[in-house]
Order: sequence, then structure tokens, then C-alpha cells
Amino acid sequence: MDLIQSVLNGEKRGIAKMITLIEKNAPEAIEALKQIYQHTGKAAIIGITGPPGSGKSSLVNQLTKKIRSEDKKVGIIAIDPTSPFTGGALLGDRIRMQELALDQGVFIRSMGSRGALGGLSRASYDAAKVLDAAGMDYVIIETVGVGQSEIDIVKLADIVALVLIPGMGDEVQAIKAGVMEIGDVFVVNKADKDGANRVVTEIEMMLDLNTEKDAARPPVIKTIATTGEGIDELNEHIKKYWHQIANSNELAKRRKERIRSELISITEDHILNQILSDKSSKIDSMVKDIYEKKIDPYSAMELLIAPEK
Amino acid sequence: MTQTNTIRVLVAKPGLDGHDRGAKVIARALRDAGMEVIYTGLRQTPEQIVEAAIQEDVDAIGLSILSGAHNFLFPKVVELLKKEGADDILVIGGGVIPDEDIPGLKEAGIAEIFTPGTPTSRIVEFIKENVKH
Repeated sequence: MDLIQSVLNGEKRGIAKMITLIEKNAPEAIEALKQIYQHTGKAAIIGITGPPGSGKSSLVNQLTKKIRSEDKKVGIIAIDPTSPFTGGALLGDRIRMQELALDQGVFIRSMGSRGALGGLSRASYDAAKVLDAAGMDYVIIETVGVGQSEIDIVKLADIVALVLIPGMGDEVQAIKAGVMEIGDVFVVNKADKDGANRVVTEIEMMLDLNTEKDAARPPVIKTIATTGEGIDELNEHIKKYWHQIANSNELAKRRKERIRSELISITEDHILNQILSDKSSKIDSMVKDIYEKKIDPYSAMELLIAPEK
Repeated sequence: MTQTNTIRVLVAKPGLDGHDRGAKVIARALRDAGMEVIYTGLRQTPEQIVEAAIQEDVDAIGLSILSGAHNFLFPKVVELLKKEGADDILVIGGGVIPDEDIPGLKEAGIAEIFTPGTPTSRIVEFIKENVKH
């Protein structure tokens, strides 16, 4: 299949076409993914997450320029929200990445979240594999602007950078559960704004309360993405963290957890789709029976998944 | 698994004018019509536009221009797409474009030109009818 060869050669048209197949849920996509799987696992997958307007795209732009100066190749997946009403989306992350547009060592793909609620899109997991197999040294995933609980990025990234900005709330915010728990690196962007030092202090205080003794303490880095200030430090910390997890069993542990959740999720999808397509008329009649109290929902489910005799 | 066929459109502003109100109105209208719109911002070169279109694997490119340089910049985008083997992408244009320039632009491979006053619904229809899926 030339598409596979084209992806493995790192040709941008092949990469782009394969990601489209994945987004379309085309049957060919699964066959192609089977064939590239052997070639994945080399790239460091970095997740950049944080609230809307915190400067994620600008940071990705600066970080990518820095990584490129070390002659490493970068694939970027930038996700913006899809309208739950029309299915349309306005994908605007490229506006902040114009400087990267003609760099042959950078591939950028914008994606709509298409109904996924955890900050990613369904297709982003497999799109990351395509970029990895295409020979990217780094794959950077920029999530949808998140609130407090969209943490799916931990199911995809080896390293998560959580971007925060001054003025988002008091110190109680910092000890809430959810996104504040997933940062391997904390970035306080817009550090020239009032209150930046207070955000740093609040994150540090939260980290002081961590009781897990052997876990590495995440660094807190101040940046100004528009000028590039702090990007060197961010890049150094990411590299240091990568070496640390790659040289211990931490990376393998994380990736195995990810594989487990992926295997379960694709199995779930497959079984569900099979039932929905094979037994849709049976479901209709069951709904009626359940409504009329002829059967309860749990017994109906058991009938639904029982193998046909 | 059910296949989805979301139309993806790159909305781009080639050249040096800084007025993107029109481009944003179009982007919003296409979004509301259920398309995925990639907006790349102001002052794009034809090379940047074509590179983005290929990486994003879009079905259509909408070019908006108010500077008067359409006779050079629009055909240049089509030419570069051909060179990259991506001339299956539908290219349409809009902005302040004199009527006498339109036949030449169509001949150069721009599928349609939409001038001020065009209802956005016509642009949506045109894209839906003309993209190759």
C-alpha cells in the first residue's frame, strides 16, 4: 500500500491523507493503523493543556521553534471545540503558528473535538501514531481549552504541561481535584501580568502538600509566550523529564496504562457498534417492552449481549 | 463504524491588507453550516496557504482579499496546488474584485468569485455542491 510507505517516508501528503481517513472512521484507516503500529513508540508525546486563552498555541509555537533549533522534527495536533449543535468548528490554532508554516520539519494538523468531552478528539490518539510513525521526534498535542476536569490528555501524552495564567481565581482553585493533578510541568504564562508570582506561590504550596514521596516534584516555570521568555527553561525541563522517565520504568508504566485503556476502549466501541448495527430492530422492540414493564432494562441488556443461538 | 464526511475548508487571507472582518464572517457561516474551518490569520503568502491546505487535507480553500492583488495572488495559489499535485482542492475567492477581473480568474482555475453582498448561504451551497469527497 503506497499510503503506508508514504507515511513511513514522512511525506506530508501521505500523513495528511491518513489522518483524514482516521477522522472519517474509514475502514481503510484501521488496516493502515495495523501496518504502521510497529513503527510507533519512538516520539516523545507532549501534551499542552490549560484554560482557553492561556496561550497554549503561542507556547507550542515558541517551544517548537526551540526544538527545531536542535534539529529535531515536530508534529503538532491542535484541537479546538466542535459545535454540539451544527457539528462545525472554527480551528484557529494556526494563527499563532504562522512562523512554522513553511518549516519542512514541522507538520501541523488542526482537529475539531467532534463530540469528545475530555479535551481531545477521538481521532487524535491515532493521529499521534501516524506522526510518530512518520519519524517525528516530538509529537505535541494541544488540547481544547479546558476547565477543571478534562484530563484525557494523560491517556495520550508521555509528558503533560499544564498552562495557567494570573487572575483565574484564589488559592482554593489550586487544591481542587482534576486538571491540577495532571501536570508534569506547570507553566505560568503571561508572567508579565500582575499576580503571576502569586499563581506560582499557590502552585508551589499545592505541590508542598503532595504526600507521594517518590514522585518527582513538577517544576513551575514562568513564561511570556509572545516574547519567548522562559521557553529555554521549559524546553530544558521537558527534556530532563523525558530522560528521567525514559531511563526509569516510568515511561513503560505510563504507556502500558495507556495501551490498556486504548484496548478496552476500542473493544467497547467495536462490541457496541456491532450490537447497534445487528440488533437495532431488537432494541426498538425492547424499548417498548421495557416501557410497558414487560421486562426490566438489566434483563433486556443480558438478552442483547447473549450470543445468538 | 459509521463514516463521517465533514467538509474541511481553509479560509485564508493572502497579501498585505489587514481587514479580515469578511473572512471571519465567512468562517463563521461555514462553521454554522457544519464545516470545519481552519483560519490561518492575516498576511499569508501563497506558499504558506498551500502548505497549510496540504497538511490540513482540506476539501476547499476560500481566499479573501481587499488589497487589489487578486490577479497575482489567486492564480499563484492554484498554480502551487497543481505543482504539489493537490489540484483536487476547490479554490474560491472573495473580496473587492472588479467584475472585469472575474473571467480571467476563473480561467486561472478559481472555481467561483463571490463579491460583496453575496448571501453567505450561496457560498455554503456552492462549496457543498462542488467539493470532491
